[in-house]
Amino acid sequence: MNGVHDMGGLQDMGPVQHEKQEPVFHAAWEGRIYGIDRALRFIGKWNLDTWRHQIELLPPADYFRMTYYERWLRINEQLAVKYGLVTPKELETGAPDPGSAKATPTLTAAVAAQRLGRGIPSSHDPKVSPRFTVGQRARARNMNPTGHTRLPRYARGKLGIITHDHGVYSFPDTNAHFQGEKRQHVYSVRFAARELWGENASPRDSVHLDMWDDYLEHA
Amino acid sequence: MDSTRRTFLTAAGAVAAQNVAQGQDREHEHQAVPSDAALRVKALESLLVEKGLVDRAALDLLVDRFEHKVGPRNGARVVARAWVDPAYKKRLLADAPSAIAELGYTSGQGEHMLVVENGPKVHNLVVCTLCSCYPWAVLGLPPVWYKSAAYRSRAVIDPRGILRECGTQLDEDVEVHVWDSTAELRYLVLPERPAGTDNLSEAELAELVTRDAMVGVSKVPPPGEKV
Repeated sequence: MNGVHDMGGLQDMGPVQHEKQEPVFHAAWEGRIYGIDRALRFIGKWNLDTWRHQIELLPPADYFRMTYYERWLRINEQLAVKYGLVTPKELETGAPDPGSAKATPTLTAAVAAQRLGRGIPSSHDPKVSPRFTVGQRARARNMNPTGHTRLPRYARGKLGIITHDHGVYSFPDTNAHFQGEKRQHVYSVRFAARELWGENASPRDSVHLDMWDDYLEHA
Repeated sequence: MDSTRRTFLTAAGAVAAQNVAQGQDREHEHQAVPSDAALRVKALESLLVEKGLVDRAALDLLVDRFEHKVGPRNGARVVARAWVDPAYKKRLLADAPSAIAELGYTSGQGEHMLVVENGPKVHNLVVCTLCSCYPWAVLGLPPVWYKSAAYRSRAVIDPRGILRECGTQLDEDVEVHVWDSTAELRYLVLPERPAGTDNLSEAELAELVTRDAMVGVSKVPPPGEKV
């Protein structure tokens, strides 16, 4: 969806502010919501693409107003209700509904430690063949899906060159909505800064984006 | 830009800045008056634990791992090793996940990695314009500025402006390569080894390597130079 999260190329968003000696978490609750978030994702009712889309669905003014971990808190509350881990009433009262069964299995520290080491599935799959090869020119599709996508607006319709084939990955546009993994090749595509931003950009600069096969057409 | 929008952005920026500035004090503040977010997180945690979904110890482990164990010192050791060991550097550039795993760092958001090398005529810069993708295994969790609208919006259209603000002056003939992390690949910049470091040990070199240099907004300063 064409949301405010898709920020590449926006102007006048203020200075980049570096904080000296920045702590990992600015308050204890930020660490706790980080842990809760990871734990709930390990439970597996939703995937990373669903999670990202839930952030994109935040009302634009809220998205800007909230701090980073406030967004995490809001969407974890939303996802927990949406996918049936807790009821709206439980969220409101902070206590389990009377008579509700205990969830099993509980996500334990041992399982969390094991899951941390596991990571994203392998990107090697000989059954899925690439549509592009390194060195080939490719054009990013002009598309405006209303669901989740990882094709930023600033690259749509632009011409680039494939520089790496990263292997095979789930397709976020379908995976976010539980419409199948639709595994396909992901490439690094180099776009000249001038192709993206016009002739005032440096002729030497470029932006690489990682693009799924379905985001590209032959040029 | 019309004045309403500017006012909105200024206000939003001020709130964000205030949140960041108050960050250090929040720990103290919420002892007395817990913030709304602190209360809601506490309520959510209690609920999840009481329902049997999550053990508190699992949350403790996840927080501890990313607050104390995983961080930019991991990446700094990778960079220092690459500087002193050409064979390691070759492996790192060819197959980053395996080379990084050699040093024992394998924890999430780093399994699919590409290390991009700076040189006299090439400077690399990493961003995630859509959210906050970052190589956790080697850099830990991203700083606030990396996740900010200011950085995400501008890194792709005005990387040289960002670099200048971070004190990094590049000659006109240097190519700037921006890497927008739009998929599951994570990027680590291998900075140039600064001059005057021939006599330093690998451990001393690692001390010089900054997080910002591994994201690409700055260079590694020579020894003794204030960052």
